[in-house]
Amino acid sequence: MTGCKVVAIGGSAGSIPVVAELLQALPANFQFTVIIILHRLKNVSSSMDTILAGKRSGIMIAEPDDKEVIEGNRVYLAPQNYHLLIEADKTISLDYSEPVHYSRPSIDVTFESVAQAYADKAVAVLLSGANPDGADGLLAIVSQGGMAIVQDPATAEYPAMPQAAIDRNRDVVILTPETIASFLHTLND
Amino acid sequence: MTVHSHISLEELEEIVHLIRRQYGYDFGDYARASLQRRVIRCMQKSGCLTAYELKYQLTNDRVFFAWFIESLTVNVTEMFRDPSFYKELRNTVLPKLASYPTIKIWHAGCSTGEEVFSMAILLHETGLLNRTRLYATDLNPANLERARQGIVPLQHMKDYTSNYIQSGGSNAFSSYYTARYENAIIHKEYRKNLVFATHNLATDQVFNEFQLICCRNVLIYFNRNLQNRVMTLFSNSLAPLGYLALGMKESLLFSDARHQFDVVSPTTRIYRSKT
Repeated sequence: MTGCKVVAIGGSAGSIPVVAELLQALPANFQFTVIIILHRLKNVSSSMDTILAGKRSGIMIAEPDDKEVIEGNRVYLAPQNYHLLIEADKTISLDYSEPVHYSRPSIDVTFESVAQAYADKAVAVLLSGANPDGADGLLAIVSQGGMAIVQDPATAEYPAMPQAAIDRNRDVVILTPETIASFLHTLND
Repeated sequence: MTVHSHISLEELEEIVHLIRRQYGYDFGDYARASLQRRVIRCMQKSGCLTAYELKYQLTNDRVFFAWFIESLTVNVTEMFRDPSFYKELRNTVLPKLASYPTIKIWHAGCSTGEEVFSMAILLHETGLLNRTRLYATDLNPANLERARQGIVPLQHMKDYTSNYIQSGGSNAFSSYYTARYENAIIHKEYRKNLVFATHNLATDQVFNEFQLICCRNVLIYFNRNLQNRVMTLFSNSLAPLGYLALGMKESLLFSDARHQFDVVSPTTRIYRSKT
């Protein structure tokens, strides 16, 4: 894939170690933007950004504010209790409307927005989880010409979410976490 | 079976234009990504597949239009959402407000009132409720009607109780309401100083002067242009050294008004007018 501008990663139960592994695998000066959407608790204080950054030094993981301008070489984590959308001018737009699949942030909501804003410059990755969120979103990514990757359910702690996406879409690429990591490593422009 | 409705951003502009021309509601400066999602959601609920069908319905059916406007605005809210914010109010802001003989607070975009009820409980616990008047406004009359009744769905009360305790509340949360069937009704004594009125932040003006304005998770639906308009409106509605509270992910940094405010609490997004 050439010219990738954004990698959106969605995960739920059992996905956090995989997300951390993928972040470790990012090339040193990656030019694209990474957006992470995780199902997690609301109304509690959270150190998720620190947990995800793990041992990798120098990586910038931030929960963006509304209207923040999206930049390359950055990792954005969808804030608790908001949906994360992307405007045509590539700024962050947060939304506090009803949960989707009992989830806010919802992976579907962000994937659909990424598909519209980035079309064939988008890669979406769906990881372990116990909920059908993300399947519709991947459909949107594919229909706009982007690339949809699903974690091999056999390697997922909770296979329901990747399996739901595979059942719904023919055009997804099914990969193990190691293969996703090496793919991301080659993704730089 | 979900209906696969879709509209493009260009078609969205046509819908916005039609609503403004025919009914006077102005969504021209609403953030497009969320507005498009809301419109598509309304189309799915009503079975409209295309922008053409939606325009036909909006033009010819006033009842449909009324339903559409009520569904288009986001009416989601929680009691004591972001407990750290309410803790900061309790510890930092309310003690300052206590020095005023009468206190006026504006909840702009109050939806169905949950945040106003939370504030009333805080004011009660700090002994300020009797000399405070709370003005709660929203553009959606159906929301205000609900808020006036003081009714909150009972199913959320467990979450709200946990929020309340985390915010530093030490009373029995259940002492503030009566549970009846599926609902909780906030006791009348905590609602007696509440005034509900329609007000549209996109078009309406200053109507009073306040020591505290709460507008949490409303500005996220507006573009920069409308955000700037509303910040000017707030600035002109604040008493000298008045406070402004935004949502946890809403920042004054992106607004033209940022130089007029000091940051009181960077994490909970409480600001104070410099003049």
